[in-house]
Amino acid sequence: MKLASRHLLGLDGVSHDDIELILDTAVTFKEILNRPIKKVPPLQGKTIVNLFFENSTRTRISFELAQRRLSADVVNFAASGSSVTKGETLKDTARNIEAMKIDMVVIRHASAGAAHFLTKVVKANVINAGDGCHEHPTQGLLDMYTLREKFGSLKGLRVCIVGDILNSRVARSNIFGLQTMGAEVSVCGPSTLMPLEIERLGVKVFHHLDDVLPQVDAVNVLRIQMERSAAGLFPSLREYHRFFGVTSERLNKVNRPIAVLHPGPINRDVELSADVADGPHSLILEQVLNGVAVRMAVLYLLGLSE
Amino acid sequence: MDTTQSIIDAKGFERTITRLSHEILERNKGAETLGIVGIRTRGDYLARRIAQAILEGEQVAVPFGTLDITLYRDDLRGRLSQPMLKTTDILYDITGKNIILVDDVLFTGRTIRSALNALMDLGRPASIQLAVFVDRGHRELPIKADFVGKNIPTSNDQEIRVLMAETDHEDAVLLITHQQEGDAQ
Repeated sequence: MKLASRHLLGLDGVSHDDIELILDTAVTFKEILNRPIKKVPPLQGKTIVNLFFENSTRTRISFELAQRRLSADVVNFAASGSSVTKGETLKDTARNIEAMKIDMVVIRHASAGAAHFLTKVVKANVINAGDGCHEHPTQGLLDMYTLREKFGSLKGLRVCIVGDILNSRVARSNIFGLQTMGAEVSVCGPSTLMPLEIERLGVKVFHHLDDVLPQVDAVNVLRIQMERSAAGLFPSLREYHRFFGVTSERLNKVNRPIAVLHPGPINRDVELSADVADGPHSLILEQVLNGVAVRMAVLYLLGLSE
Repeated sequence: MDTTQSIIDAKGFERTITRLSHEILERNKGAETLGIVGIRTRGDYLARRIAQAILEGEQVAVPFGTLDITLYRDDLRGRLSQPMLKTTDILYDITGKNIILVDDVLFTGRTIRSALNALMDLGRPASIQLAVFVDRGHRELPIKADFVGKNIPTSNDQEIRVLMAETDHEDAVLLITHQQEGDAQ
């Protein structure tokens, strides 16, 4: 068993078999997370650096827990207060860190392609933890893991991604990964937050939630990035909530349960009403737990590849 | 040319399971404190058979689980491809129990070393006793079995294969001797 690539930069182009291998491996790690001693030794002696040039709480903690639970040594790097503020380039930062004998790099960066760039300048395995509006592959994988666990299979599953598709790396990773696994993906949001020619990715596009909800098994609700409402992409948060907020009234109009996912952090009563977020069909906290298991699987599979 | 020699047939296989379960009961003065853990794969089938034999003989259902030791192997690094991970499935608390660890063939002892570490990460058993179906020698670590189905001294160009009805359509133990071309004369 082996992945085709020694890096994980995105889910675009990752094969069905590789995604399945990661998801199957994650099942083992989830079992370990439920044990009293949540630690196993396979990455003993490996050193991993988490290079976070953008703020992150959930993803960074999730990666760090995954690394520690595989017995790796972990170094954290945050851009603020580092050499980056003194004007150091990404290339120099990466090469300096690698000179200290690092085996793997997890990188989050505001620019699309940053992870890809790193693979050209360092020898370590690189994992993309979000690059600009491009991809966030481990988030895509953990969403897929959560859906597969809930529904048994991704094949034929109907999933709608709701919200700010334009600025979302989570949306892209989900679209690529879910389609590879045979799911039927649609997107729904205001046209100002919809990338041009998104149809070319093979997704159905909706602009009214009530049109799409009767046709899906699950919705993946994206965060409205508050700072963007000021840019005039939609009039107000209240108006956004009225048209695109996933609420229990909307979900109840459909006579069967629809699973609700959200990559976090939630803006309560903006993209998701509080009662849905805490409701029986919310898989949000499952996603968080599965995130650690899926990241362990990725680190394990890449970390032992030569 | 490889030569294959049958060491234990289906009847003998069943008798060996029965004897192993009796020895385990005798040593532990019953089955009340026991837990059985089989190492994937085949060790878990053997463990299940032993648990069944104890149930039939003693009317005690001994808690049973399977252990996947892949993450604890000492040869994980530097392989071209990693073995597929399977799940560890031990649904009872092993702390305080006398654990019977079951595997099919005891060879270098490295699998057992991995299994001991894996078990210790799951709890603190009162004791761990090792039951193997075949001991073929060639230990590389100071490990010895408490219960042995059959001792089969082997050389390095030989291989022991334990077949079980659950996966191989029959119960048997085979001794296979690999011979290189030209050795026959």
